[in-house]
Amino acid sequence: MSEIIKVAMPKGRIYKKASALFREAGIQIPTDVDESRKLVVPLPEIGMEFILAKPVDVPTYVEYGVADIGIVGKDVLMEESRDVYELLDLGIARCRMSVIALPAWKPGIHQRVATKYPNVASQYFRERGQQVEVIKLNGSIELAPLIGLADRIVDMVETGQTLRENGLVELESMFEITSRLVANRVSYRMKNAEIQAVCDALAKAITAKNV
Amino acid sequence: MLSKPKGFEKPAGVRDYLPFAAEKLRAIERSVLDCMAGWGYRQIMTPTMEYYDTVGVASSTSDRKLFKLLNNRGTTIVLRSDMTAPIARVVSSMLKEEPLPLRLSYHANVFRAIEEEAGREAEFFQTGVELVGDDSPEADAEVVALAVASLKAAGVKSFKIALGHVGFLNGLLEEAIPGREEDREILKEGLLHRDYVGYRETLAGLALSERQREELEGILRLRGGKEICKQALELSGNALAREAVQHLSAVWDALEDYGVAPQHVMIDLTMIGDFSYYTGMTFEGYAAELGFPVCSGGRYDNLLQQFGRPAPATGFALKTSRILDGVEGIDVVRELPLLLQYDAANRKRAFAEAERLRDEGRSVILRRVEGPAEKLGETVAKEIKSGPLGPAYGEIRTYTSF
Repeated sequence: MSEIIKVAMPKGRIYKKASALFREAGIQIPTDVDESRKLVVPLPEIGMEFILAKPVDVPTYVEYGVADIGIVGKDVLMEESRDVYELLDLGIARCRMSVIALPAWKPGIHQRVATKYPNVASQYFRERGQQVEVIKLNGSIELAPLIGLADRIVDMVETGQTLRENGLVELESMFEITSRLVANRVSYRMKNAEIQAVCDALAKAITAKNV
Repeated sequence: MLSKPKGFEKPAGVRDYLPFAAEKLRAIERSVLDCMAGWGYRQIMTPTMEYYDTVGVASSTSDRKLFKLLNNRGTTIVLRSDMTAPIARVVSSMLKEEPLPLRLSYHANVFRAIEEEAGREAEFFQTGVELVGDDSPEADAEVVALAVASLKAAGVKSFKIALGHVGFLNGLLEEAIPGREEDREILKEGLLHRDYVGYRETLAGLALSERQREELEGILRLRGGKEICKQALELSGNALAREAVQHLSAVWDALEDYGVAPQHVMIDLTMIGDFSYYTGMTFEGYAAELGFPVCSGGRYDNLLQQFGRPAPATGFALKTSRILDGVEGIDVVRELPLLLQYDAANRKRAFAEAERLRDEGRSVILRRVEGPAEKLGETVAKEIKSGPLGPAYGEIRTYTSF
């Protein structure tokens, strides 16, 4: 008998794309899960249980083993540096993390960077020999340069629409970001067959899409 | 964060063990150490503090995770981060003349700095063994089989041990990308941090033949039973890699003879420990109930020479405090104490009776009562609770003249 896999799924934007990919991989997630407000959704028919989590918490659930596997953006993985297996690049929710500023930006004496990703941003600038002050914000990062809180920001860019509307420009693109399949260290061994099967099915669906 | 600690607070990452937890921890410790004694391992105790320059530097714990202090002479001291390096020090000094092989066991608290999140303690307990002076496959199999026996003794019911070998990957990479130390390091880092996506991306960026790329990607699937050794041998013609796989295969055969493989053991050639430390077989144990590994170990043939007595060695440590947290484990049946209440006139008689009962192995608490109002009814014994500690008494006896 195969065991139930607990899957930490990110709520919101990534969920729709991830569930579509699961269906392409032949894992038939009922559509009513998409609209459900339930936090824990048992899906015995596909041998899974979904835990619907805030995206930044997904690696935490997986690291502690309350979820066996999870779907999470590379941006979150880099920021949280959790000890999990990063098994597969799902190629969904593709965007990039960039350094952004007003077009007239010039390096000042005290450089301030506002971001949702303080760890990633500090490391990025340190590796380039720049010492910057990092300010952590939780949303609407684009506001910071407009109102003078910071001269640059580090944020995710998908289409660049928000930047254009606010008169901001991308100074440099830091990383390409996509969603990843992650697994808990213990689950990856104790439920290896089940997790490998999900991983293989998803990998196949991704290859099929790219051909 | 910088405010003065409140009276009840303690530093982050350390814990109190209340009586019921302490009893269970002790029971697990005793049971595991007894099991190890049955395999001829004798217990050793070493100091909590060691010099940074000796044991600190030699330990497998990364520098930033070592708990460092300065003593009154300004010398850097570490709180031990594991027992392997202290034991290597003892084996190379106080036990220098002792013939090998040596079998030593321990149960000790160990320390880590900057682990401040739940489940990542700054102080925790490890119970383990070191087998020094034997580099045979049988020696590696002995510590794995003993790890299986120890996990059972600790009350862990459903568990798996994954075996790997650092030589296999080193050999395979040496063959595939000779002379490019940096690329090899990046690939190993990828596997060490369990970043398979990064590992594949690095491979894709290297100038490799299609066959080599397939081989190197193929190792991500080398997980399973003994057949994995056969597959691994087909993957590589490199002498180092083949030697590693043949050794692992011999360990597996011995584990089959022990009767623990394949039930409790699997091979996972992607599992690599810290390369600067482990030199041969490495392993990790996982329990179904816990999200973190419950034991880890392996062969570290280069450690003892740092202390001046070159010798091969292998061993493992159980994460005893994790087992305590997450595993049903051993049931500790605690005999509730007997309350003996007495008045002034009967004191001598009560004390004598208490001594007699204690000699029989009973736990006895004495209580002087001054009058009938203070006397506890004999039938209420189990209802008298003492907070989180549960029922206070199992039985009440009375020696009074009222």
